[in-house]
Amino acid sequence: MNTSIDYSEKIPNNVDLVSDRRLQRALESWQPRFASWWSEMGPASFQDKEIYLRTAIDVGQQGWAHFSHVKLPDYRWGIFLSEPETDRRIGFGELKGQPVWQEVPGEFRTELRRLIVVQGDTEPASVEQQRYLSQTAPSLYDLRNLFQINVEEGRHLWAMVYLLHAYFGRDGRDEADALLERNSGDPDHPRILGAFNEKTSDWLSYLLFTYFTDRDGKYQLGALKESAFDPLSRTCEFMLKEEAHHMFVGASGIGRVIQRTCDVMNEHNTDDVRKYGVIDLETLQKYVNFHFSVSLDLFGSETSTNAANYYSAGLKGRFAEDSYQDDHVLIEEEDFIIEAKDGLWSKTPKPAITVVNQQLRRSYIDDCAKGVRRWNRILDQNGVDFQLKLPHEAFHRQVGLYQEEFVTPEGTITSQDEWNDVASNFLPTDSDRDFVLSLMQPVYEQGQMASWISPPTTGIHTQGIDYDYVRL
Amino acid sequence: MRQGISQVDRYVHKSHFYKGHNLTDFDIPPNKFRHWDLTIDDEIATLVLTVDQSAPAFGSYELKLNSYDIGVDIELANAIRHIRLGHPTIKCVVITSGLQGTFCAGANIRMLAAADHSHKVNFCKYTNETRLEMEQASNLSGIKFLAAVNGACSGGGYELALACDHILLVDDRSTSISLPEVPLLGVLPGTGGLTRLTDKRHIRRDRADIFATKAEGISGNEALEWGLVDELATPTRFQQAVTSRANELAKLSSRLRGTPTEIPSTRPITSEKYITYDWVKVELFDTHAELKIFVTSNSDWLLRTALELDDVLCRLRFDYPHLGTLVLRTEGSIDDAVLQDSGLTHTSTSDQVELQLLWRRCLTRLDLTAKTLVTAIEPGSCFIGILLELALACDRIFMLDGQFEDHDNPLPAASIQLTETNFGSMPMWNEISRLTSRFWGDQEASKNLSPFLETEILAAKAAELGLVSATPDDLDWDDELRLFIEERSSFSADALTAMEANQRFSGPETMATKIFARLSAWQNWVFTRPNASGPNGALQRYGSGARAEFDNRRT
Repeated sequence: MNTSIDYSEKIPNNVDLVSDRRLQRALESWQPRFASWWSEMGPASFQDKEIYLRTAIDVGQQGWAHFSHVKLPDYRWGIFLSEPETDRRIGFGELKGQPVWQEVPGEFRTELRRLIVVQGDTEPASVEQQRYLSQTAPSLYDLRNLFQINVEEGRHLWAMVYLLHAYFGRDGRDEADALLERNSGDPDHPRILGAFNEKTSDWLSYLLFTYFTDRDGKYQLGALKESAFDPLSRTCEFMLKEEAHHMFVGASGIGRVIQRTCDVMNEHNTDDVRKYGVIDLETLQKYVNFHFSVSLDLFGSETSTNAANYYSAGLKGRFAEDSYQDDHVLIEEEDFIIEAKDGLWSKTPKPAITVVNQQLRRSYIDDCAKGVRRWNRILDQNGVDFQLKLPHEAFHRQVGLYQEEFVTPEGTITSQDEWNDVASNFLPTDSDRDFVLSLMQPVYEQGQMASWISPPTTGIHTQGIDYDYVRL
Repeated sequence: MRQGISQVDRYVHKSHFYKGHNLTDFDIPPNKFRHWDLTIDDEIATLVLTVDQSAPAFGSYELKLNSYDIGVDIELANAIRHIRLGHPTIKCVVITSGLQGTFCAGANIRMLAAADHSHKVNFCKYTNETRLEMEQASNLSGIKFLAAVNGACSGGGYELALACDHILLVDDRSTSISLPEVPLLGVLPGTGGLTRLTDKRHIRRDRADIFATKAEGISGNEALEWGLVDELATPTRFQQAVTSRANELAKLSSRLRGTPTEIPSTRPITSEKYITYDWVKVELFDTHAELKIFVTSNSDWLLRTALELDDVLCRLRFDYPHLGTLVLRTEGSIDDAVLQDSGLTHTSTSDQVELQLLWRRCLTRLDLTAKTLVTAIEPGSCFIGILLELALACDRIFMLDGQFEDHDNPLPAASIQLTETNFGSMPMWNEISRLTSRFWGDQEASKNLSPFLETEILAAKAAELGLVSATPDDLDWDDELRLFIEERSSFSADALTAMEANQRFSGPETMATKIFARLSAWQNWVFTRPNASGPNGALQRYGSGARAEFDNRRT
């Protein structure tokens, strides 16, 4: 092969890329496409600046978090699978107890490819959605975090492309190309999942996206980590490490927004804080309502034969499968869904195997609630008499059992007209969005923060808050 | 290393039943026949059926009244093969019975009741292939068949007579011919009977309906008048009528002169992993088999290979039902393959004609094999002419683009070659070539092929011409094949069989395709219905004194 590319240097990896001729060839044609996608669809500015970024160069304790200043196009996107587990067995479904697969069984090729493509499609989508945020970052610290998330979403795309290239032959290569050909919000070639075609136009949305939508990513990856297809499992396990940082950005970011609002409320002894350039808590609640509900949609229908088939075949399990106290086959197990009947909620028993999506969604909701409790503690500590709440799971849903229902955040079933009358109390209005947008003024002085957000309590990787995270 | 689901066998209750199971023997020389007696007298061969009722092919049923099972029919097929290849002087074959008062009672009902579904299907297919071969021998070899029906003739017995050129019925005022399947057994006369009544003998449809629902049948003059038989003779005149009719038929024969061909034995060496012949070797896996043909310049290679292929296809059908996919490969030099292919272009003697027809039958056997057929064209292969025809019979053709680069001395990239053989001398049962069928309705595609006659075609060109389905390179090759086979074994075998049978025969219908599609498909459906095979169905109740119970709802 006529090539002088030093693969281990250019593409950090633990998949023996150097000796995998097929993978090399596939990546040779894909990598330039990725580079051009990154320049066209990646961050709209700062591509030529040095950013203090973490690069994964190994999967070990030392290797996965290597910090240095690097220009975005020079970022070394790597391919990592977590260490293999000896004699790993399938943990659920009809094949429970059998050895996991190191290759794709022909029987499940289509389904596995689909799962990987759907997951892979979300990764570059969020980079595209966040493309213009770099122009309005509230601080260099936040700007750096945005880029860190962007490059890691890029790496997650690489991870999924690796699986497609290494295990799915020509079809896989075609699908890998298509991941770069669909674009968020493109009317002709949109991203696969609806939520990933919405613009992330402001930083408040972005922070909530990282809290709620990236958390969906955590649950999806966690469910795929259980897969009987071992390379997928190991890939997802490593991706989860990075995903945790994304959620930290969201959880701490919203915490900082709340802190700032509390500070202003207390300083001026008023709820009417907009005029001081901070986000009022009612508006924040509306944004929470919106992002939580669209993220719930990402889990799919409450009852799903696809999810049941994936589960039975061992392709996709549940988050932390081991923690479920059932037989992990679910054919005989019973669960339930909550349906709207005559204006009331009613519990309907269902075979557990048919409500796997719902089980995943429930654990997601519990997880989301933990962060909300932490935010509320900030409110308590600052003596502010307000509590943020997650809306009812049937509120504002476009997918699944509740898509025809009109449910308030408190869970009251109403009519379409009633709901429309009060929708502006639940969801951000145009004027709310205009207000939030008006706050989005870039702050690029080291250590300085925008008016609507407090500084973080600590910097990145032992650096101070006023560190030059982005070298201008 | 495969740790995939293929080892798991979730759906197939893997029965290594062939361990210790008596494999079916499809190669029986006339001197080992138990049920037929073959005599050769100059231009006339006589086949006398006297079924040994204590020699069933399996189980414990008795083959009463000259009823037959697969064992009887395998002998018939061998007899015809010996007449065609070994006896070039024969111009007429007389089929008659050695049993007093009975010609043939058709397929044995106890056997059908005891057989599992796949055996019933295979049995019917094989018997149909044999009867069509008789008609092919009449049309293309000039061997005429005379059914000398010297006693009661029902069901498959009459269907055997229908496959002959001339039916001579004894007229003793009692002997009748009949198709009692519908009224008595709740199934169809599935060995071509219904099709031949209307399409070969041109019996009016309402008369065919009357005949096929009249259990006692029709005799003498009425049978003659309706066209169900061609000639009547009283018992005393019968033998004389047979002789003179046989001589008449022989006179009509256009059979060429030729030298007798000695038919080699095709009995393979079988083990759990392999079925091995001289030039054909089959490796057996969990859900698929890989068949390789080794091509040489040996002078008997064409004959032997066709016999071996034919034999192994029958074995795979009957004895290896769990193998759903068959991967075909060839190995040999291009020169040898070209040489062998040219051996099929001569048709000036009867032995040359028979060799060509032997390959033609073998290929149609492949067309009708209810397994997914795949060809893998790799470096070192020689898919040329007749061998390419095997590939064209397949559902998918994979051709490696380039070489196996990791091999120490990689062989040159594979090529294929079209020859005259591919353009008409090996038609399928629909009477058109596999190429015509492949490009049915696309004259442009067919026209594009002609410049490439006898030219080495590489993978990219083959794909462009539509001759192959996919051209993975060496990096993807193994995986693409593995995934295809595994995917195939995850689908419903029933749906695959039905789908493939639909896709393999684009183009016109012939009597043969009607027999294999319409008649057999309906028969196979009827076989699975409780009205036929349920505990109270007609097959089970037949002869028990109890009436069958039918669920008579119709759509």
